Amino acid sequence: MKSIGSTLTSQLADATTSESSLKNFLFGLSPVDQVGANARAAMLSTRSIKTTAKAAGIDLAISMIDLTTLEGMDTASKVRTLCAKGRHPDISDRTIPTVAAICVYGDMAKIAKEALAGSNVKVAAVATAFPSGRASLKVKILDTQEAVQNGADEIDMVIDRGAFLSGQYGKVFDEIQQIKIACGDAHLKVILETGELKTYDNVKRASWLSMLAGADFIKTSTGKVQPAATLPVTLVMLQTIRDFEKITNHKIGMKPAGGIRTTKDALKYLVLVKETLSDEWLTPDLFRLGASSLLNDLLMQRKKLQSGHYHSLDYVSMD
Amino acid sequence: MTFEYAPAPESRSIVSINPKNKLFIGGEFIDAKSGEYFQTTNPATEEVLAEISLASAKDVDAAVVAARKAFKSWSKLSGSQRAKYIYRIARIIQERSRELAVLETLDNGKPIRESRDVDVPLVAAHFFHYAGWADKLEYAGVGPNPRPLGVVGQVIPWNFPLLMLAWKIAPALAAGNTVVLKPAETTSLSALLFAEICQQAQLPAGVVNIVTGAGETGKALVNHPDINKVAFTGSTEVGRQIAKAVAGTNKKLTLELGGKAANIVFEDAPLDQTVEGIVDGIFFNQGHVCCAGSRLLVQESIHDDLMSLLYPRLELLRVGDPMDKNTDVGAINSAEQLKKIHELANSGDEQGAVRWTSSCPLPGTGFWFAPTVFTNVSQSHRIATEEIFGPVLSVLTFRTPDEAIDKANNTPYGLSAGIWSDKGSRILEVAAKLRAGVIWANTFNKFDPTSPFGGYKESGYGREGGRQGLEAYLEAGVAHE
Repeated sequence: MKSIGSTLTSQLADATTSESSLKNFLFGLSPVDQVGANARAAMLSTRSIKTTAKAAGIDLAISMIDLTTLEGMDTASKVRTLCAKGRHPDISDRTIPTVAAICVYGDMAKIAKEALAGSNVKVAAVATAFPSGRASLKVKILDTQEAVQNGADEIDMVIDRGAFLSGQYGKVFDEIQQIKIACGDAHLKVILETGELKTYDNVKRASWLSMLAGADFIKTSTGKVQPAATLPVTLVMLQTIRDFEKITNHKIGMKPAGGIRTTKDALKYLVLVKETLSDEWLTPDLFRLGASSLLNDLLMQRKKLQSGHYHSLDYVSMD
Repeated sequence: MTFEYAPAPESRSIVSINPKNKLFIGGEFIDAKSGEYFQTTNPATEEVLAEISLASAKDVDAAVVAARKAFKSWSKLSGSQRAKYIYRIARIIQERSRELAVLETLDNGKPIRESRDVDVPLVAAHFFHYAGWADKLEYAGVGPNPRPLGVVGQVIPWNFPLLMLAWKIAPALAAGNTVVLKPAETTSLSALLFAEICQQAQLPAGVVNIVTGAGETGKALVNHPDINKVAFTGSTEVGRQIAKAVAGTNKKLTLELGGKAANIVFEDAPLDQTVEGIVDGIFFNQGHVCCAGSRLLVQESIHDDLMSLLYPRLELLRVGDPMDKNTDVGAINSAEQLKKIHELANSGDEQGAVRWTSSCPLPGTGFWFAPTVFTNVSQSHRIATEEIFGPVLSVLTFRTPDEAIDKANNTPYGLSAGIWSDKGSRILEVAAKLRAGVIWANTFNKFDPTSPFGGYKESGYGREGGRQGLEAYLEAGVAHE
């Protein structure tokens, strides 16, 4: 393990000097009570977001979307269509913000980059043998480098859950560090795949481990494992981001992904961010929503707020 | 980017408030013989909501006569027949839940989120629970063939008006008693709406009677010679007077009084959830909770970490319009209560504790007290010993588990306590040594109709809720041959 002490305070630098010090640090974190975390997330989801708050929340959510297609059946044409949608979510209304990024497999990054040229929409590519992460570090590094060469502005990597669950925290840490180096200037999002980590204590430890190793963002899920993003898991991750900032003064971003389909869901996540981290995190630079069908629901709710009635799905483009 | 919640007020149009309210006696709304009225106000706006009849001793007597008459037939009904009515009441409460929640919030000042999500669902749950008991009284634990006591006089407080009514009326009715209930003078409206629900459920006349009024009305009820039992929830001071009044009579008595609960945080506690538990413990219902976690006992080794999480969390509490769905802390119930809170909080300053107050803005009208925390508190301070009954937390520290237990028990009260630790064995050991009727582990202020609730020492006697709650309304009968 290589210490990354230069960017961290001495307290945290000590935590990363060896495998055992890392383990001691992770096991010394305050535990998470599952019942209590669930209850807090449930309470926050009762916040009533209406009228002007809803309008602001919808536009904010649109601007935070990583519009995603991660299918074996993806084609260049499919990716281009998605990019067009991301640049102009609704061609009839230019006041709608663009999405934050288009999220694709690494081999599609080049197509996306071309299709998004001249816009502010970023290209995010999944890498490191997404979604399972079952490949050698060599392959993962290559996977990452190729995605970056193809034009990815952001890399969404997966951690090695097998290594994590068997207590090889140093291995997980090293991999993240190596991938961070392979990213170069690209931003690194680290996917914990919380649906496989199961406990909130694991989620908290994996969040800390990823942030210590150099993650710019931490992300819940690949979307390929159920459950994907949940409110309480996101809450626990936001709380670790808050704790990390308190010590390092460094703001890490958060990306829940998978299963966020409705405007109501998206607004609940914004509430969670607002009441756990503050409005400072309510920017695409620090919060993303990994989603595909969510965008159309946001567009429909946006129209409903403006016109007072729902439009048929026939009036939003199915991309 | 800022993301501010727009006002999200619950509509008050769902409930219609009678400008002048009568008493509910013998199944009818009737004028008080006294001819006197008093006003009930919305503590968040000081708006007068309605006029309430002031029941005199004569009115109380009429109610007891009606209850005695009804007792003859109600107690003869089979358990399943009584259950039919109680289930019906529970269902109507669910159907009219929004109406009840809005009325409760208007009259009491508690946030609509709490009356909607906590009070009213628990009220329905209590009636459902005890409806189920009505035909199973043989298993209540008081022996074979248990019998009801007769007419029960019940006096309830203003902090959970409808919920305390449910705690009192549901078990009494299931056991076959009839009741005369006096709601608190500042919060009569939901009890009167409940009377309407009794009519809607076709509950036989006189089984439930509601007499409104203040202290004198309560005194007349407690001292009435023809009641068989008194059930009271309220201050220890009034509880003492009632115990004296009832002493020497053959009236049975249960008292649920004040508290000064210790909420004990050990160094291995799940800190983020503990912070939520502290908030639920003392800021739920503006701290107007007899079992509130008003004394926070924190292990010294994590004191600073915990407080650095707690203060920013308290800054997030949304204090204001109780009818707004996003309000966390509502209005103090009355000017009188607000005065008491100020007086005790000031004693904290005078005795050398350090006050922290949320910077939240407070509305211009109505009765308000911003969430407040005192640190550097000693066991000898008034804010560590006396019940404040408001949104004021006193923080004390300890070094070892034994010290925590000693400090927690060092109070005349013994209603509730909380333990925060990730270690199951510690929770069990500490819980066994605490002198409190209700002990929560890694949670606080959670209620359930199946769980008995009540106090040790000056927090009262008797239990409400669950099987144990039935014992207060039954006596052993003659064994079947």
